[in-house]
Amino acid sequence: MMNLLPTFVAAPLGAAFLMLLVSRISRKLADLLGNLCTFYLLAAAVALYFLRAPFQVVTYQMGGWAAPIGINLVLDGLSQFLLLTVNLIAFLATLYSISYMERYTAKDKYYTLFMLMVAGMNGVVLTGDFFNLYVFLEIAAVASYALVAFGTEAEELEASFKYLILGTVASTFILFAIAVIYGLTGTLNMADAALAFPQGAAVARAFIITLFIMGFGMKSAMVPFHAWLPDAHPSAPAPISAMLSGVLIKALGVYAVVRILYNVLGMTPQLSYMLMVLGAVSMLVGVLLAIGQWDLKRLLAYHSISQIGYVILGIGLATPLGIMGGLFHLFNHALFKSLLFLNAGAIEYTIGTRDLKQMGGLSRKMPVTAATSLFASMSIAGIPPFNGFWSKLFIIIACVQAGRLWFALAAVIGSLLTLASFLKFQKYAFFEKIKQGFEGIKDVPLAMAFSMLALALLCLGIGIAYPYAAEYLVNPAVVAVGRGLGYSKTVLGGF
Amino acid sequence: MFVYLSCVVLLLIGLYCVAVKKNLVKIIIGVAIMEYAVNLFLVVLGYRHGGTAPIIQAGLKDPLFVDPLPQALVLTAIVIGLATTAMMVAIAMRIYDRYGTFDVTKIRKLKG
Repeated sequence: MMNLLPTFVAAPLGAAFLMLLVSRISRKLADLLGNLCTFYLLAAAVALYFLRAPFQVVTYQMGGWAAPIGINLVLDGLSQFLLLTVNLIAFLATLYSISYMERYTAKDKYYTLFMLMVAGMNGVVLTGDFFNLYVFLEIAAVASYALVAFGTEAEELEASFKYLILGTVASTFILFAIAVIYGLTGTLNMADAALAFPQGAAVARAFIITLFIMGFGMKSAMVPFHAWLPDAHPSAPAPISAMLSGVLIKALGVYAVVRILYNVLGMTPQLSYMLMVLGAVSMLVGVLLAIGQWDLKRLLAYHSISQIGYVILGIGLATPLGIMGGLFHLFNHALFKSLLFLNAGAIEYTIGTRDLKQMGGLSRKMPVTAATSLFASMSIAGIPPFNGFWSKLFIIIACVQAGRLWFALAAVIGSLLTLASFLKFQKYAFFEKIKQGFEGIKDVPLAMAFSMLALALLCLGIGIAYPYAAEYLVNPAVVAVGRGLGYSKTVLGGF
Repeated sequence: MFVYLSCVVLLLIGLYCVAVKKNLVKIIIGVAIMEYAVNLFLVVLGYRHGGTAPIIQAGLKDPLFVDPLPQALVLTAIVIGLATTAMMVAIAMRIYDRYGTFDVTKIRKLKG
């Protein structure tokens, strides 16, 4: 199993470069290679759940050098959970791309960038080394900048430039924080740095945390740092929007914040309160901005900010139930938000617009899209028995248990506003009378429909089987986060 | 300490440039200044007063080396910086093709 770990980075990286060679022979081969690679990654991520003994920490020494000197890959519950999320969405997005990306010219280059992004995300999630984290983060980020600008229309270039500048500034802050950590501890290994961190250096610690929150906050689009997201996510092609909103902001932003604050620097009550405030503000501001939107993908992008707020609020509570709710919501959000972006892509693919005012009556002509988007809308709005309901409920109960009633109230209000916003989407897009000119449309091709159906069934299935999902899927991650500073010993000790 | 603080000042100059300047090319220069500030900070971290290049030679007793690790990091960071700068310049050129200007106040098709 140990030898499986580097293939999460090596397989997509290799596929990325093979893609350009293979696509010379045939475009079909590029499709095949892309899908085979992501299918392998998904299978490997699922297999890890069966191979890894419960709560075990597996490490892989790169090049055979032992941990504090060499770079190690660390697989614990949290990494495993994120690996499954990333590769599940990646597989369904590549499957969807087969038909969807026919509209664009350079499909091979699209797959190359896609694979580089997946390699970067898998690397970020697996690595146990700060500088390695920075390098993988930049691989994923640079690929995503290029993918946002993929259509090269005026708006897409503008959005990409904005994203690029803010993303690079964020990365610079992150590198600066890593440099300060190296200066203080003399090591770049996360586990080793946690052990070697000097006790008295309160000012330096606060400085490092500020830099990390600015950097990763920008990557995960928490509210004061969110300005790029509503431009960048809608501009990308639909499967990429699904990847960006579904997993990129989590793997690069939320995961890194959780790993560093909980396992390396150590959680304090002040930090916990700061995260909760950031989460609650994102939750409310995101949803309030979403209500007035008429561009479907832009509306969904604002909801991503709001839903990330829920995740941050849950994780910031720092109680086991809160962390459970936050991480569970992270997974659920990956499912339903990717599905919604794929739905938006299907509508745009069929009728050529994303403006809600020009849609209407699509449910009769596009039954698969209409049904799956109804599932996803109910999940995101928190209607039982869909998955979004349970994770939001966990977060609200955890807030009440921790005595944070105002935060619980904010979460409820955010949820109601989300419901209102998705009623609007359903009403304008699928109900009412069909508009003129749309009588002849057909639903999307098979591969696209399959991706959407798979995600919709997962939303429903996880909602119904939520106790099992919480126990077997999310709980190992909660245990890994809850280990706190004990992370160092388990990583360096080998078990 | 003075050297470290001067790196921070350089970083803030870059940040000011990114935040205030209206021209796309000047914004790119601002980002580059920020990257250089962090690279300089890393190199300064590894410096030891009176240290020599970290090469082990026969007959050298108790040598004082500068820390080689930050230098390796800076090399990597420069390569990454090159990739992002190339990306920024490429997109700025395409924006110029579409909008006919480098002025950010005139590049405003996105709103909301």
